[in-house]
Amino acid sequence: MAKSLVSTEPYAAQFEALQAALPEGPLAERRLQALARFRELGFPTTRHESWKYTALRSLAGLTPAAATKSPSLDRAPALLADTPAHRLVFVNGLFRAELSDLGKLPQGAFIAPLTEALDDETLISDEESGAFALLNQALFQDGALIALERGVVLDQPIILTFVSIDEADGRSTHPRLAIRLGENSQATVIEHHMGYGEALGLSNLVSSVDLAAGAKLDHVVLQTEQAQVQHIASRRVTVGRDATYDSFGVTLGAGLSRNEIEVSLEGTGASCALDGTYLLAGTQHGDLTSTIHHRAEHTTSRETVKGALAGKARGVFQGKIVVEPGAQKTDGRMMNKTLLLSDKAEIDSKPELEIFADDVQCAHGATAGELDADALFYLRARGIPEERARALLVEAFLADVIELCPVEALRDELRDRAGRWLAEASQEEAAA
Amino acid sequence: MAATAETVEKVQSLSERYKYGFVTDIETDMAPKGLSEDIVRFISAKKNEPEWLLEWRLKAYRHWLEMPEPKWAKVDFPEIDYQDAYYYAAPKMKDQPKSLDEVDPKLLETYEKLGIPLREQEILAGVAVDAVFDSVSVATTFKHKLEEVGVIFCSISEALQEHPELVRKYLGTVVPYADNKHACLNSAVFTDGSFVYIPPGVRCPMELSTYFRINEQNTGQFERTLIIADEGSYVSYLEGCTAPMRDENQLHAAVVELIALKDAEIKYSTVQNWYPGDEDGKGGIYNFVTKRGDCRGDNSKISWTQVETGSAITWKYPSCLLRGDNSVGEFYSIAITNNRQQADTGTKMVHLGRNTKSRIISKGISAGRSQQTYRGLVRMGAKAEGARNYTQCDSLLIGESCGAHTVPYIESKNRSAQVEHEATTSRISEDQLFYCRQRGIPEEDAVALVVNGFCREVLQQLPMEFAVEAQKLVGISLEGSVG
Amino acid sequence: MLEIKNLHATVEDKPILKGLDLTLRPGEVHAIMGPNGAGKSTLSYILSGRDGYEVTEGEVLFEGKDLMELEPEERAGEGIFLAFQYPVEIPGVPNSTFLKEAVNAVRKYKGEPEIDALAFMKGLRETCAKLGIDKEFLKRSVNTGFSGGEKKRNEMLQLSVLQPKLAILDETDSGLDIDALRTVADGVNAMRSPDRAMLIITHYQRLLDYIVPDHVHVLSGGRIAASGGPELAHKLEAEGYADFVAKDAA
Repeated sequence: MAKSLVSTEPYAAQFEALQAALPEGPLAERRLQALARFRELGFPTTRHESWKYTALRSLAGLTPAAATKSPSLDRAPALLADTPAHRLVFVNGLFRAELSDLGKLPQGAFIAPLTEALDDETLISDEESGAFALLNQALFQDGALIALERGVVLDQPIILTFVSIDEADGRSTHPRLAIRLGENSQATVIEHHMGYGEALGLSNLVSSVDLAAGAKLDHVVLQTEQAQVQHIASRRVTVGRDATYDSFGVTLGAGLSRNEIEVSLEGTGASCALDGTYLLAGTQHGDLTSTIHHRAEHTTSRETVKGALAGKARGVFQGKIVVEPGAQKTDGRMMNKTLLLSDKAEIDSKPELEIFADDVQCAHGATAGELDADALFYLRARGIPEERARALLVEAFLADVIELCPVEALRDELRDRAGRWLAEASQEEAAA
Repeated sequence: MAATAETVEKVQSLSERYKYGFVTDIETDMAPKGLSEDIVRFISAKKNEPEWLLEWRLKAYRHWLEMPEPKWAKVDFPEIDYQDAYYYAAPKMKDQPKSLDEVDPKLLETYEKLGIPLREQEILAGVAVDAVFDSVSVATTFKHKLEEVGVIFCSISEALQEHPELVRKYLGTVVPYADNKHACLNSAVFTDGSFVYIPPGVRCPMELSTYFRINEQNTGQFERTLIIADEGSYVSYLEGCTAPMRDENQLHAAVVELIALKDAEIKYSTVQNWYPGDEDGKGGIYNFVTKRGDCRGDNSKISWTQVETGSAITWKYPSCLLRGDNSVGEFYSIAITNNRQQADTGTKMVHLGRNTKSRIISKGISAGRSQQTYRGLVRMGAKAEGARNYTQCDSLLIGESCGAHTVPYIESKNRSAQVEHEATTSRISEDQLFYCRQRGIPEEDAVALVVNGFCREVLQQLPMEFAVEAQKLVGISLEGSVG
Repeated sequence: MLEIKNLHATVEDKPILKGLDLTLRPGEVHAIMGPNGAGKSTLSYILSGRDGYEVTEGEVLFEGKDLMELEPEERAGEGIFLAFQYPVEIPGVPNSTFLKEAVNAVRKYKGEPEIDALAFMKGLRETCAKLGIDKEFLKRSVNTGFSGGEKKRNEMLQLSVLQPKLAILDETDSGLDIDALRTVADGVNAMRSPDRAMLIITHYQRLLDYIVPDHVHVLSGGRIAASGGPELAHKLEAEGYADFVAKDAA
């Protein structure tokens, strides 16, 4: 396998510098092991099948700074500002109590920054094999732990805001998020990743979600990082018997982003939805890679991802449904649709099915292309100017998928952001 | 006694299932076992080849030594011992027979038994056949009739003697020798295959067909087929293949190159029925084939239709390079795997020219403990203005121990290009089977009927005679898959 | 011809039929009526041999043979035909191919030679003409994309071609408008003969205005709760099944 363009050595140096500040104990040893495995593995190259379409060239320019500072910030931008919520704010990877508002938590609910649990061994999984997840294991300093006991239903959403402030090159932050819902408990978690500044930075998030029998999690991730940021997020989800994982991801920001999601439907009747959208322009590169393992009978999965690409943006969709032996009565459906809004945009889509059981219903579909010429003409024939007609059609294309966002209160915000993105993208297109 | 009777019965039922499993007892001229530069030189000398071809073969051989085995396909088999095979085996003949009367009657008998009569008076009307036996072509029918309209249809060995300039101009231009490990090996040691040239404006008056037969033990078959359809011409070509039942695996690494010039059309159909191995996966052919068509001219068209029922392992991706503007590529496929068979097959449609179109219809049926993968690429190049692709891949599962996988790659760099891909996987429907059985149709026949229906869109693409044959094959391949 | 004695049957361990007795003689047309969930469709599937229905007690004899011992296709070979409530779509298999397969399979079962393909097609076209079915129908894939009425008409076509000894019509009237119902009934009536028995399973009396049965039975609680002539159907239409359901519960 070809050698990676990006050296692992600066990250080893970052680890050295950080080590003193990290807690001692059994976890310290595991961090060392993770670092060793990471160094052995190296950063992935396009010769790795799952990284075929995403090169890390832009990461090569980043030399991680040894120390992580959490710069001053008066106020963090708030999603759903008028809605009561449990709010946690992280700046450059570190929890900021003064910007956060945990609110009142019901009995049996535990929400806390990870700094209080950095020696908790359960935070690390031995199953991790990806380079970025291993790097996170070695370097994580903070994050959040959300745990609900059996039967606890949270009425208010948990909103996690991750702010990146990049005034100088070299931010390398590795937050970690653990969500554990006990039997029949319910929660809504919204992540917002955003930032300020024009310097090079790396956000490398790892999250684990564990849903016990009958639990339900609505999980929305909005990523609007700055253009110089490399945003890598790896998420591992296990869904127990009759539990439901509904997620929706929106990728608007970062120069390079990769969302890697692995869902395991472990119990009979488990279901998941991995829906979302990507809206990319300029030279942005957005990669959504997911694997859904059906490991039990009567499990259901849905994945609908629609995106629009402008400028020289490149979108990557890799979705895989795996039906393990014995997972009979599986129902798995996946759809990826991409609109190419410019001559230089590119989409690479790879929807996969891997099926080892026979009594299943699985389907996937993918389309790529520009707006339907007939629809466009129809609108223009009714007197709508071309630019407006295009906007209407793109909005309609995206509106469908936004409807799938499990947090209804966010849909307006998302429609709004999509509309603004579209206006900017068409301006850019007109200028080009 | 009872045990013996049972064994006899079992063997009988097995050979009924694979009725092409017999061996022809014929004296054979063979190269020494193993692979080396000397063997490459031996083959080239046997065929009295021009110097440039020997050089090309040697270049390929040296490159092959360095190349890694392709590992990305979802197939699993022990490392191949390339030194444990014969790379040249030819039925002994005094001289190249001038007419069918001079061909060894045993060979004619073999083909007759396979349902491919070579004597012209018995032949299927309207189909010319090139019969390849182990490493060499033993007979080509209707040659003279085709010559009258300027169509060249002969073995590639003969073409090298009679039309060296044509072969040299096109050989390796679609599949370069370094394309992949199997194609590279083929370039070094190919022994025969068919050559077709259709002159400008000619519509080939009959179906052309090659029938491949592996007979000798421990022999690899490495044929190379080259078809050139010159401007405004049309040809429909069929290929069929079988082999005896043997316990060891045999390698078949073929290369097929198609070139369609301006306004030309090539229709290439395959019914692949190499010996698939027994129920426990013992024996069978490794079918590692590189097939590629080059729509070199504007408005050209290449259409691949394949019915893949045989082989222990199938690794093939008949592809189209759509270079000419408005060129069209098609891929219609039925792949059936049963018992322990493995197949990783699909296509690549590479759209380079403007307004190019491609259509992919793939029907996969997995039964028994077999594993099957559809692997396909649709690429819309930056200049493929207005290009279109439609892909439909359906998989049918019969039994709980088989696997069906779909791995499509869709890449688009052109906004005006439209790509549409759909895939489904499901089990053969109990309701359908019960409905058929209630009407009196026994279960195995019901399966064959439902599966034939599932494949109909592809079967319809086959020329008449082959469609009937293929339909029967579908039923036979699935025997023992239910109950 | 058909003797059902003390038939008990379960579906997924749930008892559905609880001691059903019924006898059909050649030439007779019997109607079985009953409320939803009484076990009407279960009876038709048990007689035709569908998987998932288990007979726990009793027996079914068809011309003296133990029917339960036979595979579905063997029962078809013996002359049992089920007109499905929901005919199944089989994409890619033309109607004519399907019918030829079925006719030949039944002939083979009876030890008769295969039918000549040309003669078969000729006969098939004649049958279509008789039933007022367009010949194009034969080229279409079995039931695929058919309207509800077309599907039921296709069942009648198959019935006419296969000429069974016993025809079971499972809710043949469901989803049909009055015109379609009349056509279907004409098809069935044309098939009435002294050698053939018919079992009509229906929820509504409507169909029985067109196909007049010799005997009417009420299936309730997994048993024949009442038997009578055609007048019983009218009584049920007027009074409903409440009487029988109540009796059963009591």
